[in-house]
Amino acid sequence: MDTLYLRRRLANALALILSSAATLLGLAFLAWILWATLRQGIAALDLKLFTRITADGEQGGLANAMVGSLIINLIGIAIATPIGVLAGTWLAEYARRTRLGETIRFLNDILLSAPSIVMGLFVYTIIVLPSTALTHGNTSFSGFAGGVALALIALPVIVRTTDEMLRLVPSTLREAALSLGVPQWKLTSQILLRAARSGIVTGVLLALARISGETAPLLFTAFGNNFMTLDPLDKMSSLPQVIYQYANDPGEAMHAMAWAGAFVVTLFVLLLSLASRLLFARKVSHD
Amino acid sequence: MSAIPALVAPEQRATRDAHHDRLFAGLLKACALLVLAALLGAAFATLWGGREAFHTFGWHFLVNPAWDPGNQDYGALVPVIGTLATSFIALLMAVPVSFGIALYLSEVAPRWLRTPVAAAIELLAGVPSIIYGMWGLFIFAPFFAEHIKPWLTNYLGNKPDDGHPSWVAAHVPFVGKLFASDYPFGASILTAGIVLAVMIIPFISSVMREVFQTVPTRLKESAYALGSSTWEVAWDIVLPYTRSAVIGGIFLGLGRALGETMAVTFVLGNAMELSASLLDPGASIASTIANQFSEAVGLQKSALMALAFLLFVVTFFVLLIARLMLRRLASREGR
Repeated sequence: MDTLYLRRRLANALALILSSAATLLGLAFLAWILWATLRQGIAALDLKLFTRITADGEQGGLANAMVGSLIINLIGIAIATPIGVLAGTWLAEYARRTRLGETIRFLNDILLSAPSIVMGLFVYTIIVLPSTALTHGNTSFSGFAGGVALALIALPVIVRTTDEMLRLVPSTLREAALSLGVPQWKLTSQILLRAARSGIVTGVLLALARISGETAPLLFTAFGNNFMTLDPLDKMSSLPQVIYQYANDPGEAMHAMAWAGAFVVTLFVLLLSLASRLLFARKVSHD
Repeated sequence: MSAIPALVAPEQRATRDAHHDRLFAGLLKACALLVLAALLGAAFATLWGGREAFHTFGWHFLVNPAWDPGNQDYGALVPVIGTLATSFIALLMAVPVSFGIALYLSEVAPRWLRTPVAAAIELLAGVPSIIYGMWGLFIFAPFFAEHIKPWLTNYLGNKPDDGHPSWVAAHVPFVGKLFASDYPFGASILTAGIVLAVMIIPFISSVMREVFQTVPTRLKESAYALGSSTWEVAWDIVLPYTRSAVIGGIFLGLGRALGETMAVTFVLGNAMELSASLLDPGASIASTIANQFSEAVGLQKSALMALAFLLFVVTFFVLLIARLMLRRLASREGR
């Protein structure tokens, strides 16, 4: 009896120690990664990062990549937000218990973690190839194509949060409006979406955080450009793509610039997720 | 006389509203169908892009270890094995650690510590994958080459520096080959697996933590009242109750690991050769595409598209299983 008790106590203590150790390990890796990015990034921060372009090489900066990232992300969000909000609304308000609705909700969850590099190849096939053929090679890779690729990644995030947020709106609100004779489109667009607004904005911010660090889908869509461009039909560089390129470069100065870029991207992403957390103090899952 | 227009107007309005309702519902449905179109489109676009490779090589494509642009001979075996090996290593390390973290956060930690620690772990989930890649390339791979790899080759491998196979390699079959390497740098399949593990730990642990919290308190408290220890409650009550969702969370992590590009491309070494050793450089599907697609033409481009199709199909089914398993618990919860 006594040995059994002792053995159970020991097993329990061991499990508790191991689980605490696992948590410490996770936190240690978090600290290691953030510390590395912070240290190397701040050491490489320099005003010329924001004023010079990548064409100047070691003496250059990341200005064109930052502007490009901004434009591509904006295009992505501008495409994904209306489509995502409307699709999420359909799932929550029109198809809550239908088979098609359930199927799309399910597939949306799968799209949420689909490999982003395949999305890049998809956009390459449907936008880059046709535009090359149509313009005889004048427009091939473009910032717009990059934006579409990012929109495909942002879309499921926005669909899911919109769907979830609308389900939180109490049905008394719907019944009250319908009993006053409000048509459903008005109810949905002017009452329900307004009630769920802060949650939907959270979703958009999360989607922005998700896409602003994406690299793989941009490699074959926006491609990269060593010069400053504001034209979305031109090849365009972005911060993650330049980080990828510079990290693969043998030069030490390039590595420093890659770290500075990584620092900027990480800071941006973490601030965004912090903002979305503050805006909507509900736990939002990343899966 | 005046009653007639007053009667007509609301009717017109009702028809107009009904018309708008139909239009609005149609617009919403079209947007929702775009989600479907994105998934199907990605599958068909890669299949169509890879048709030349599938046509040229047939089923042989799947088992051909060659990747030879000189002879226009391409096979998927090396990147497929690389993808599976790195993801498997990542799961092997990430699952126990994630379970530990979820257990700590839901049963062990003092209440005031739970929220900040959980938030910190989720912060790790938000870090872009290219940051993991850079950390892996510049910080972890050199560390691995200097401190971990020599230890592994000396104590587990069959080709250590002093020329004698280690005790483990001499007594346990296969292990020696797994840990033998002449390659002096840190990039390897094992390194990529470790970086991937670090990346998917926050995903798996936050899913596990979430499902652990759905276990009814009554159930746990009954077990505690009967004298169970924390570990016994976790292993015999919480885990059986949430088994399907836990498996779902693991598959979700696997889905991430399979399709991840940036975190592995930097630390995999990109060698298109088959090697039995985990310490040799390799290639995964995603890293091969990222490295070669821009310069590829003709059959090589098609072969890369075919690889992307394989990756998409495999991740689709892994994620399908993940979601089905996660949903099982949700439906038992009546949600």
